[in-house]
Amino acid sequence: MSPRDLNDAGLSPLAVRGLTVAYGAQPVLQGVDMTTVPGAMTAIIGPNGAGKSTLLKACLGVVKPLSGQVSAWGQPTSRQRDRIAYVPQRASVDWDFPTRVIDVVLMGMYRQLGLLGRVRARHFKQAQDCLTRVGMQDFADRQIGQLSGGQQQRVFLARALAQEADLYLLDEPFAGVDAATESAIIAVLHGLRDAGKTVVAVHHDLSTVPAYFDRVFLINRTAQAEGPVDVAFTPETLQATYGGRVHV
Amino acid sequence: MGAEFVMLSLPPMVIGALAAMACALPGNFLLLRREALIGDAISHVVLPGIVVAFLLTGMVATGPMMLGAAGAALLAAVLIATIRRFGGVEPGAAMGVVFTTMFAGGVLLLEQSNTASVHLDVEHALYGNLESLIWIDAVGWGSLLDPRALAGLPPELPRMAVTFAVVAVLTALLWRPLKLSTFDAGFAQSLGLPTGAIGLGVTLAAALCAVAAFDAVGSIIVIAMFICPPAAARLMTNRLERQVAWSLAFALASAVLGYVLAGYGPLWLGAPASVSAAGMIATVSGMILALAAVFAPHRKA
Repeated sequence: MSPRDLNDAGLSPLAVRGLTVAYGAQPVLQGVDMTTVPGAMTAIIGPNGAGKSTLLKACLGVVKPLSGQVSAWGQPTSRQRDRIAYVPQRASVDWDFPTRVIDVVLMGMYRQLGLLGRVRARHFKQAQDCLTRVGMQDFADRQIGQLSGGQQQRVFLARALAQEADLYLLDEPFAGVDAATESAIIAVLHGLRDAGKTVVAVHHDLSTVPAYFDRVFLINRTAQAEGPVDVAFTPETLQATYGGRVHV
Repeated sequence: MGAEFVMLSLPPMVIGALAAMACALPGNFLLLRREALIGDAISHVVLPGIVVAFLLTGMVATGPMMLGAAGAALLAAVLIATIRRFGGVEPGAAMGVVFTTMFAGGVLLLEQSNTASVHLDVEHALYGNLESLIWIDAVGWGSLLDPRALAGLPPELPRMAVTFAVVAVLTALLWRPLKLSTFDAGFAQSLGLPTGAIGLGVTLAAALCAVAAFDAVGSIIVIAMFICPPAAARLMTNRLERQVAWSLAFALASAVLGYVLAGYGPLWLGAPASVSAAGMIATVSGMILALAAVFAPHRKA
């Protein structure tokens, strides 16, 4: 099935149609169409200010679009929140916040725990398992401000794992992390994909796109190209997206 | 230290402690949201609203005062937006201008109006009237169990107790959304949490505490308690739960210690008169913050 057929059948984990977003009078995204394929890892690529993060936020309902629709498995994303995990940009939060690593991971279980549900031993164990999957099992009781950038990013990924979702949206998961963290994160993401989950990540480093991702979505305020890496990730599409200053 | 203490010192001490703790509670979240100055701003902006409400109704009652304060806060928000848009000044400057101007306007209103018959005047707006909140019906500790004597408690005491209880219960019930949206608003929104409404709720809780406490203890305590106990508490621990507990303990200690020092401190130093309890309570909270900055375990290098 082509991506568009997937969407029509309500199978695409995340489909965007005619999405237009503006901050004040400043248009950021215009008429964007995007269709993700289940069980694939998709990179959202584009120059700075192309609207990549905004696209993710609009998909999650964090940013309200002027027009257009976002659907997850054929339904509004607001009705599929239990199946969608989100990893915001690491720099978007204050890491001096008074809380421990394990507490951040437990935040991923909010929809499971509810307003007043008791955090029981099995919740702690589940959170601890998520930390183990990202190699942070020894840091559960640390204050989050004591972590390095790469460790912080892994904790954010562990929180997303605790959401036990089917679709993972990550905003620059490799920004400012060390090489060990980068390979740990990619191993976890590939594990998710191999388990049939769908992964969509805003990505900056063009050189790692073919090694890390199955599909690309190129964007510069409008959608530029979309498809499997060997088809859509070409000098021509990059030229169209970045305009004459790209070397892969 | 028996009947006299229960009659003269216990009620103001308890009222001061309740007001301090009520303000410190939302202060924790204002501090972590980097909105600590909102507490300061609220307590300034609401003054003209409270005065107008008093002039219209002729009495010091919580309901009309809350309405007046809400109206003043609304006016402030409109003024700030207008000045930002048409004056082309940065947001901080626009806020600073509006808060101080509205507070000054409130002071002028107070001076011009004939409020001598009740205790609402400029000094009262700043220091409150803690020392005058005595319990005339009390004859000793036994009065605490005597319903008829309890009925004669200054009305500020139950009012502050209810305010503190309401804010404490709301904080406990909404703890998870509060913590989540304060730490990571984007993630909280992705879970479907109404982060805008939560932020507004924190501001409203702060406003409720500010207005309820204003009449009894004045704006100096309100401003100090929004910031000093939470800021000192943040230096004591790296966990939000414990930070809130520490902030309540510091607020309580400031109120009790400040009240005692105001009453007896000058005498111990050989001075003839006591000093303002509100001023001393705020000063003690500042001293606690200073001590925490030097000795606390989690201060920043």
